[in-house]
Amino acid sequence: MAKSHDVRRYPGFMAITILCLVILYAPLLVVAVYSFNASPSITIWEGVSLRWYVDVFTGPESAKFREAAWNSFIIAITAATTATAIATLAATAVLRSGRFRLRTFSLGLISLPLMVPEIVTAVATLIFFNAIAIERGLLTILLAHIAFCIPFAYMPISARMQGIEASYEQAAMDLYATKRQAFTRILMPLMMPGIVSGFLLAFIISLDDFIITNFVKGAGVETLPTAIFGAVKQGIKPNIMAISTLLLLVSIVLVALSWLIGRRDQARGR
Amino acid sequence: MPQDRDIAIDVRDAVKRYGTFTALKRISLSIRDNEFFTLLGPSGCGKTTLLRMIAGFEEVTEGTIYLYGQEIDRLPPHKRPVNTVFQNYALFPHMDVLENVGFGLEMLGKSRAEARARAGDVLEMVQLSQFASRMPYQLSGGQQQRVALARALAPRPRVLLLDEPLSALDLKLRKAMQVELKHLQRETGITFIFVTHDQEEALTMSDRIAVMSEGELQQLGEAREIYERPRNVFVADFIGDTNLMEVTVDRIAGGRAQCHLGGGHKLTCDAVEGIGAGARVHMSLRPERLFLSARPVEEESLSGTVREMIYIGTDITTVVDLADGPQFTVRSSNSTRGNARVFEPGAKVAVNMEPGAARLLVD
Repeated sequence: MAKSHDVRRYPGFMAITILCLVILYAPLLVVAVYSFNASPSITIWEGVSLRWYVDVFTGPESAKFREAAWNSFIIAITAATTATAIATLAATAVLRSGRFRLRTFSLGLISLPLMVPEIVTAVATLIFFNAIAIERGLLTILLAHIAFCIPFAYMPISARMQGIEASYEQAAMDLYATKRQAFTRILMPLMMPGIVSGFLLAFIISLDDFIITNFVKGAGVETLPTAIFGAVKQGIKPNIMAISTLLLLVSIVLVALSWLIGRRDQARGR
Repeated sequence: MPQDRDIAIDVRDAVKRYGTFTALKRISLSIRDNEFFTLLGPSGCGKTTLLRMIAGFEEVTEGTIYLYGQEIDRLPPHKRPVNTVFQNYALFPHMDVLENVGFGLEMLGKSRAEARARAGDVLEMVQLSQFASRMPYQLSGGQQQRVALARALAPRPRVLLLDEPLSALDLKLRKAMQVELKHLQRETGITFIFVTHDQEEALTMSDRIAVMSEGELQQLGEAREIYERPRNVFVADFIGDTNLMEVTVDRIAGGRAQCHLGGGHKLTCDAVEGIGAGARVHMSLRPERLFLSARPVEEESLSGTVREMIYIGTDITTVVDLADGPQFTVRSSNSTRGNARVFEPGAKVAVNMEPGAARLLVD
């Protein structure tokens, strides 16, 4: 019985799976492979070389990229940290203060930005900054990033928290811990895997955001994605592929890290 | 107001309402110092709610709770000198056994060294010293149970609350833990308030039992009193096995009530306050207080036919149909010493009762 319903036995299952994987990963693979191309052309293969990686760090555009990467990094760290802190407090409020009247509403409010088209958020954020007359620059990028990172940080944190029974905190308070001690000594450590996942997710989302950043950044202020976009407008060079590959590597490392933390936690049978 | 040093917990007119639902309907009871007290009842009877109100996890809607004369019902949980053993143990998964047990002491402001020393002592008391550095997930259910117990005992609470702590254990382990809990209570001299739905467990361990149902206190008394002199139908039915018979009271004379069952069978038992002549009430007859004989041995023996004989090892249960009347279950010990005989289905028998076996109940 169970076997006949096994999705793997459906006709064409394998073919469709392979097709999807190819569509998903072939472009990434091509970019990664051609970043090691010795040729200045992006289509003709001339042998293996690291020249474009060297170019990224020492070439004529290296100063621009270095500054953009630094901006991106600072913004991603700050935005992810702030968003994670806010998301942690929000999850605690929504899941631990019993049933309050606007609970479902709050939940919707937090996750709605995930469904709003990014261009709408971008335009709205720009209009907002204009309305309150903040000069566009690093600060506006940072504020916008904090705002849109919150729902991404919130998801894994709230998922994690739902799995933590309220009896742990009750046991702590029963054992003479104040509410604050129950939070810092019991709830926070138990939530840590969710918090770390939330932080990493927010970090990646912030690091590679283009649309919103492009709207709210000031003239002359670039993050890595906007700098790459600016460079591509003058023609795609292999150094762009090298940067993209490096960025991909960072993403893979962070996602793997987040997955490993989750798995180690599961292995402990929590 | 109760200031008595002999009363550990005094619950006065406690009411708990959740919206329109009333979980506890005005309960008053006193739990004595150094007593093993059990709240017994089926799920949803309000026993856990009452325990959580004493611990501080539920607010009282109305009423007052005193702990050794001090009003505690408005205090947050961490200011009440009571500790709880949770049903699911709620051991902190990120701390080892010693840290778990020492947590309460540390929160009370004891030094780390002092907390660890005391935690070690308590672990020894529950025979878990060799597991001090294990993490909770590395322990069996029974060991986790002991750690939870040690953790709650370590800060030397005035009262220990136990919320169905044995329900997750298998039968053999549960029996062993029942004995151990009783020992621990004697040893530490701490008042234990134990919540369970298992009547046998309650009878085994408790000094006194409060039987609850639907948010109300049905009866409070010692195990023997609850079992042998149940006050109403609920208590008689919930505690142990019994034959519940509908009877009509014919006459009350000299503290005795003469009654008859369906089919005209006559029975006499002790009169109970509140039940007069003409009343149609229930009567409880414990199966082990009845015995069978081939011929009536007394005037009020009930005659019937054996329907079924069930062998259950320690005992033999015989089901008897009374002529034109109700069915009786009779239990006799499976022993050759007694004079109880075994009757096969179809045999004509007389059902006899020991003095005091029949008890009238209010509904």
